[in-house]
Amino acid sequence: MNARNTHSATRGAQGAATEQGHAWETVIGLEIHAQLATRSKIFSGAPTAYGAAPNTQACLVDLGYPGVLPVLNAEAVRMAVRFGLAIGARIARQSVFARKNYFYPDLPKGYQISQYELPIVAGGTLDIVLEDGSRKRIGVTRAHLEEDAGKSLHEGLAGLTGIDLNRAGTPLLEIVSEPEMRSAKEAVAYMKKVHTLVRYLEICDGNMQEGSFRCDANVSVRPAGSDKLGTRTEIKNVNSFRYVEKAIQYEVARQIEVIDSGGRVIQETRLYDPDRGETRSMRSKEEANDYRYFPDPDLLPLELDAAYVESVRAELPELPDAKAARFSAQYGLSDYDAGVLTASRELADYYEAVTRGVPGQPKLAANWVMGEFAAALHKEGLEINAGKLTAERLAGLLTRIADETISGKIAKEVFEAMWASGENADAVIASKGLQQITDTGAIEGAIEEVMAQYPAQLAEFRAGKDKLFGFFVGQAMKATRGKANPAQLNALLKKKLPG
Amino acid sequence: MTDHRTVTQLAAALRARKVSSVELVRACLARIEASQPALNAFITITADQALEQAEAADRDLAAGRGGPLAGVPIGHKDLFCTAGVRTTCGSRMLENFVAPYDATVVARLKAAGAVMLGKLNMDEFAMGSSNETSYFGPVRNPWKTDLVPGGSSGGSAAAVAARLLPAATATDTGGSIRQPAAFCGVTGIKPTYGRVSRYGMIAFASSLDQGGVIAQTAEDCARLLRSMAGFDPRDSTSVDIPVPDYLAGLDAPLAGVRIGLLKEFFDTGLDAGYERRVREALAVFERLGARLCELSLPNIPRSVPAYYVVAPAECSSNLARFDGVRFGHRCRNPRDLIDLYKRSRSEGFGVEVKRRIMTGTYVLSAGYYDDYYLKAQRVRRLVAGDFERAFAEVDLLMGPTTPTAAFALGAKSADPITMYLNDIYTISANLAGLPAMSVPCGFVDGLPAGLQIIGPHFAEQRLLHAAHCFQLETDWHAHVPERCA
Repeated sequence: MNARNTHSATRGAQGAATEQGHAWETVIGLEIHAQLATRSKIFSGAPTAYGAAPNTQACLVDLGYPGVLPVLNAEAVRMAVRFGLAIGARIARQSVFARKNYFYPDLPKGYQISQYELPIVAGGTLDIVLEDGSRKRIGVTRAHLEEDAGKSLHEGLAGLTGIDLNRAGTPLLEIVSEPEMRSAKEAVAYMKKVHTLVRYLEICDGNMQEGSFRCDANVSVRPAGSDKLGTRTEIKNVNSFRYVEKAIQYEVARQIEVIDSGGRVIQETRLYDPDRGETRSMRSKEEANDYRYFPDPDLLPLELDAAYVESVRAELPELPDAKAARFSAQYGLSDYDAGVLTASRELADYYEAVTRGVPGQPKLAANWVMGEFAAALHKEGLEINAGKLTAERLAGLLTRIADETISGKIAKEVFEAMWASGENADAVIASKGLQQITDTGAIEGAIEEVMAQYPAQLAEFRAGKDKLFGFFVGQAMKATRGKANPAQLNALLKKKLPG
Repeated sequence: MTDHRTVTQLAAALRARKVSSVELVRACLARIEASQPALNAFITITADQALEQAEAADRDLAAGRGGPLAGVPIGHKDLFCTAGVRTTCGSRMLENFVAPYDATVVARLKAAGAVMLGKLNMDEFAMGSSNETSYFGPVRNPWKTDLVPGGSSGGSAAAVAARLLPAATATDTGGSIRQPAAFCGVTGIKPTYGRVSRYGMIAFASSLDQGGVIAQTAEDCARLLRSMAGFDPRDSTSVDIPVPDYLAGLDAPLAGVRIGLLKEFFDTGLDAGYERRVREALAVFERLGARLCELSLPNIPRSVPAYYVVAPAECSSNLARFDGVRFGHRCRNPRDLIDLYKRSRSEGFGVEVKRRIMTGTYVLSAGYYDDYYLKAQRVRRLVAGDFERAFAEVDLLMGPTTPTAAFALGAKSADPITMYLNDIYTISANLAGLPAMSVPCGFVDGLPAGLQIIGPHFAEQRLLHAAHCFQLETDWHAHVPERCA
């Protein structure tokens, strides 16, 4: 396929051009599958834990044995309702589980139980922040409950296919957006927003490597200014933000090139190959299954009354947007900082715990949480709640900056020692003798020592070479091993150097 | 020698230690073995296991323990899963399938002390009205062995009619309890949809399937149903309302009960001799003080076509799990996945099952769903509405169970439509989820006829009461085929 190689070679340039949206407009809708963090499966009592030996977490219901029946997990319902309420959607008083019929070895019953015509959640919105800082509202068409299928394994089985049904029956919430995103970046921003939200709501662990959070992207292009949708392709099962961005960029460039070279985009399902950085055709619309959806007669319609919905609403945590707005107002943070600090509930909670430990210093706390602390976590690939440095200990360090026991620069040294040893700030400061010197006599002593050490420079300074002042600051600071209070040192030098 | 005693009589004799369960079971097993060549009522006979259970029941009874059915021999239709004993569904597909668990019905009857003697023959996956679709060969009617016993619970009905067993479990999706009960001259009840758990009952059409009982008398049906019925958290469609004591008040007077005769059930398709038996039965109720009136349910004639859309649709999906991958028949040396599916299913399923899978697949397909499946569901609501209006005026509806008495083996097997029309009077109760019974009401040319009784949801007690009162006045239920006497 020559044409495809060409796409590959030129996709970067075209992708960029398209992102600027000169001639073509990109239209993207996402279907996100969030695995719900229930302990047991959506229709059986088998556990959902990841990584067990094949087929050890599948009971008769998951195996689709003759005679067994599904029983809906109430916790999965509660989680779906939490999500619906968080995006301002309608919670269906009555929703219906349907069977999606198709044959596949890892689909034990020959059908997947999903919601089709009447989903539990319909019509919500999410706001994303664009690169220029402006906000855009993205519509969420619906979110419905369904069961996951099992896995087919081919590796190490020499020509055979192994079936692992541990994942079969795992509850999923499929979150379907309106086709309202106009670039790969917007799509990623939306996906991140959903990712943040489901973790806030504690309904999904968001683990993308394990497939707990993945998406299908529907992508089409149309001439800029047109209000008619182009033919879309669906890129299946992408499980990282970076891949979503790259897959969409590639696909947009491919579609534009197909059209530019006189061809037609075919409605089809495509797979993204991260190793080759391209999407490949999986099956066309003509080959698509007729899923023969019909209401599952084994499950009654799910009916939720207003009291139930209100009880779930009452348990909702503060949501990311509300929290960010409060951070800005309460702590005087910039929108950007507030956004970063509320990107996850754990980070926000951590930040708030730090500010409580060092009252009156919300900006200092923000700088340190987003700066040194975030960098240290990132460097070691740790989660906030790994417990490496508690908020109380970080607040202890910031308290010593605030009360001028140490300078900001020394504080970084203390931070590193705390990170490595787990000791508290005061212990590190004491054992390393890092307290800031504020005793005028001691600073004067150091200045006099330096003046005696560099008579030539002193003479030059006194002859008018003002810029040597900095030299003396440096030397005097060095003599105090960096511990002199900088303001005091400056003042004393100004007094003493002129003689 | 044939034992004509009912469950009620046997349970009392066992409790009084006048007979042991082991004696009873040995006698039943001997009759079953002897009957197999002629009747073929059983697919699997569990003699050793039955004797062990009987011994345990005798120990319990001796110790003054044991459930209400302690030591009573029964059989299960071969679509109720039984742990460790194969459950075939009358199909090659499941010829060697052994479920690792007991169906709720099986577990409850076991807990009540009943002893299982084996698994009863049936139409393949309960799809049939003559028992001719069984992979294990047809069951024959004990009244005349060149006739069909009805279906799909043909094994259950024939076994009780031949007094091989005092009672058996059965299931009814479109008449599969009532029609064979009528053909074999025994009493059968299909409870309200949701009254008996479907857990462990291999599904044909989930929204219509309901487990029930075939026995000699209404009183016996009540006795078994009392142990089988009730909410099951493992079946989301089972209903969580208390199970009344179905035996209580069976002897109460019937005076004042309002009985509606379904005009549509006395149409031109009904055999004249059969109609006379049914009218005579209705006269008995009148004599007992019941008030009769005629009613019309205009949507009833639409039941059969609606049923033959909904039931196949659900079956096409329910039977998708039989794909040769995890259990059931697998073809030899499959070339690839598609070959595995195609040949396993082609070899494993019989003609009638395939016909229904194909019909069901068709009516659910894109472009046909609205015209068939949705329309059929609308008919279903109309039929249910008809019944609802009728039960505002009457307490029970009565009519014939079938248009004719049992027909000959092979007479209808070539023509599925004629076969389907045999269920014309029974299907509507399934569409509406109503409880319904068939009670023996005499003979047409030496063959049993059945009176059908239909009630409102959860009115099993009302049905059983009426049937019991009828059986106190008549002895049609006590007739035994000559060859079995």
